[in-house]
Amino acid sequence: MLELEHITAGYVRGEPVVRELSLTVADGEAVGLLGPSGCGKSTLAKVAALLHRPFAGTVRLAGEPVRGFRYRAPRAQRTRIGVVFQQPRLAADPRLALRDLIAEPARATGRGQELAERAAALATEVGLGPELLGRRPHEVSDGQLQRACLARALLLRPSLLICDEMTAMLDASTTAALVAVVEDYRRENGAALLAVGHDRVLLRRWCDRVLDFPAVPATA
Amino acid sequence: MNDASAARPPLLAVHELSVRFLMPGGRHVAAVNGVSFELAAGECLALVGESGCGKSVLASALLGLLPGNARTRGTALLGPDDRIDLLGAEETTLARTVRGRRAGLIPQSPAAHLTPVRTVRSQLEETVRELRDTRRGALRAAAEAAAARAAFPADHLDRYPHQLSGGLAQRAATALALVADAPLLIADEPTTGLDRDLVDRTVDELRRHTDEGHGLLVITHDLAAAARMADRVAVMYAGRIVEVATAADFFGAAGPRHPYARGLLDALPERAFAPIPGLPPELDALPEGCAFAARCDRATDICTTLPALTGGVACHHASEAVDA
Ligand code: SF4
Repeated sequence: MLELEHITAGYVRGEPVVRELSLTVADGEAVGLLGPSGCGKSTLAKVAALLHRPFAGTVRLAGEPVRGFRYRAPRAQRTRIGVVFQQPRLAADPRLALRDLIAEPARATGRGQELAERAAALATEVGLGPELLGRRPHEVSDGQLQRACLARALLLRPSLLICDEMTAMLDASTTAALVAVVEDYRRENGAALLAVGHDRVLLRRWCDRVLDFPAVPATA
Repeated sequence: MNDASAARPPLLAVHELSVRFLMPGGRHVAAVNGVSFELAAGECLALVGESGCGKSVLASALLGLLPGNARTRGTALLGPDDRIDLLGAEETTLARTVRGRRAGLIPQSPAAHLTPVRTVRSQLEETVRELRDTRRGALRAAAEAAAARAAFPADHLDRYPHQLSGGLAQRAATALALVADAPLLIADEPTTGLDRDLVDRTVDELRRHTDEGHGLLVITHDLAAAARMADRVAVMYAGRIVEVATAADFFGAAGPRHPYARGLLDALPERAFAPIPGLPPELDALPEGCAFAARCDRATDICTTLPALTGGVACHHASEAVDA
């Protein structure tokens, strides 16, 4: 599903935070990527999500090499991937009610009508009742907002889901609930998963395979 | 003054604390409801619960950091000497004599708490200078020692807050709180975003700080961190404390007694990894009875009346207490 080959990545100034890293996630497979904070694993997750252009290396999605990142990423490739980040408040447009937040990816597809039903079903699946869907991000808790962000990531039925520390800010019960939603989705759709995190116990329990992110000196 | 130790008031005594937020349209959000607890010097109390349960609001209330639309009730006496009611005190008093001096905070979003235009070193040194009247040469050493205790790398001391990752900003805030040396320290999710090794280091350092005689109120959703550092655990649900227990009982063979607390432990990936079904009630529409009833498999008719916190648990059908 996803092949990362010899990825070297970082930011404009400074040393690369990811060096020559290769990683494969097979169709339907759940891979956990484990590493300490600041080790570059989030940067790698962004590369895998086509949200960050690496300095060097190749990303292949379903066998097709990716030629553009961020807004240059081809739509067809971008929509195969769903992403959930650690901090829902940074990932959610504060002006959107949760209902619209979940349906956000539908906007650009012109399939708004058809996807409205799916958005409603997903809201139920992640446990958000109708009374919450009219609220904006500042009116709900982190856990509720993260539930909405997960629903949004699943809207277009991605065949690869990337969860970057999805549950790091959440309590045990919300964590278990969101993982259960991801696993139900994967079972029904045969989707693959790349879960990035620092909690070994969690990733072991969740994923088929857990890889230790290679030690790269921590930088700010 | 003879039997002072026996009669000595606790470091912090919170009694019937409630916080309501007045929202547009006349909505009331009851974020904290009738919370009472005490904290002794040299003790660590962990307040656990899910996001939105009121635990961070409680911390803000104690430090006078609530927004203007909040209304508080109850008392929170900070001692042991010169007792002051944190809820009744004027903002100027809190700012001048309490925050940072008698009650320190490790905030949940450290980036917002650090002064953006000054390096970590200069902030640490200033705190040391204000509080301890230290000479110049010693300042540098004290700042570096505090950074080391908080696992903040010395070669990052000359950076500005915006040059730090979330985890490093967290550790900088911890270093600042440790160096300020206030008798009461309130740590609001001090380990969020840190990996397990760093969580353990931070937790151990906070524990050491407690053992040196400071009182520590730690607010966390990380049960493993709570198990490692706390003497007692208080579980919050929908704005109320539903169980208080020693950490040994709570995490040990006895286990929690409240159905919500049991569910929370069972959700851990090292245990059943099973979520508690449903979501907590909205704080502007709390039921009259037990707020957990809609999710509780032990609920009966009597649960429509609010269970009082008696013997450490607020539940009509709590598991038996196991006597040690
Ligand atoms: S009081 Fe009733 S509903 Fe509430 S936790 Fe206990 S058994 Fe469950």
